[in-house]
Amino acid sequence: MTEIIVVTSGKGGVGKTTTSASIACGLARHGKRVAVIDFDIGLRNLDLIMGCERRVVYDFVNVIQGDCTLKQALIRDKRLETLYVLAASQTRDKEALTSEGVRRVLDELAAENFEYIICDSPAGIEKGAHLAMYFADRAVIVVNPEVSSVRDSDRILGLLASKTQRAERGNHGVKEHLLLTRYSPRRVASGEMMSVTDVKDILGLDVVGVVPESTDVLSASNAGVPIIFNPESDAARAYEDTVARLLGQSVPLRFIDEPKRGLFARIFGH
Amino acid sequence: MGLLALFRRTPRSANLAKERLRIIVAQQRSARGGHDYLPLLRRELLEVIHKYVNVDPSSVQIQLGREDGHEVLELSVALPEGRGN
Repeated sequence: MTEIIVVTSGKGGVGKTTTSASIACGLARHGKRVAVIDFDIGLRNLDLIMGCERRVVYDFVNVIQGDCTLKQALIRDKRLETLYVLAASQTRDKEALTSEGVRRVLDELAAENFEYIICDSPAGIEKGAHLAMYFADRAVIVVNPEVSSVRDSDRILGLLASKTQRAERGNHGVKEHLLLTRYSPRRVASGEMMSVTDVKDILGLDVVGVVPESTDVLSASNAGVPIIFNPESDAARAYEDTVARLLGQSVPLRFIDEPKRGLFARIFGH
Repeated sequence: MGLLALFRRTPRSANLAKERLRIIVAQQRSARGGHDYLPLLRRELLEVIHKYVNVDPSSVQIQLGREDGHEVLELSVALPEGRGN
């Protein structure tokens, strides 16, 4: 049984690729056979975040156009042996990605007994984003607690409810999960940032995770080691919890409250 | 944040964001969900009405709303003064 999960948002720069990489690694750490696919044709990034950019020989479009086999294009992760990456093409021709081609690749991955296929969507609502979500069973909607991100994610919810295979066939639709990233409990406490509950209520979605704002995320992408591998980072713990919830475990939310500070810190601190 | 912040009322801008988004999301959601046919429906209805009554295009209003869990299609046509011409 293969489950296809799209990581999407509408707005750019909210953490889709960071999230795709960490969810894929997290699932593979649970022993699952995982393929993670970059749908951002022309602007590939997932290979960098995964740290495998020098091993990209063939890409997604090469497979679709029959230049190579799927096996040749799948890059096996150096850290986790059940994890594979399919890089996006750097071609400027966005038409290279076709619905039929995507379906063929996903079917072949399913036939190869992959348990999870993570589709890292490009920003926007154009073809790449459409194809990334079209075959999905579940969607992780990455949202920053900020007005434009929330509005764009609601647009995406509209598309998930109408322009996906599940919606068209009328079989329960795509299961949607809200993942809040760049969350700052301190700013929420001071009333400068919307809370988890605010965003959850506005969008009417289940929360699958809340990832705190963290400087570790930039260090992780600098190094090409997905954040979830950082044993010191709260953001990594938050992604581990997210993965556990995706696997059906019930895990309470962490890192959503401001750490208690003494009077001294409140007067002189930051 | 320093000493002053303890005494200053911080502006709760998160509340503003929340209220604005409530309205935006409600508008976006009412505009979607298979209602794309409304303009076409309006045009075709107008053509049919035109066969019998000479109405002004702006006098035909079509609205979709919700009442008690049902979707209601409301059509209002303002007929011209001297009917039947």
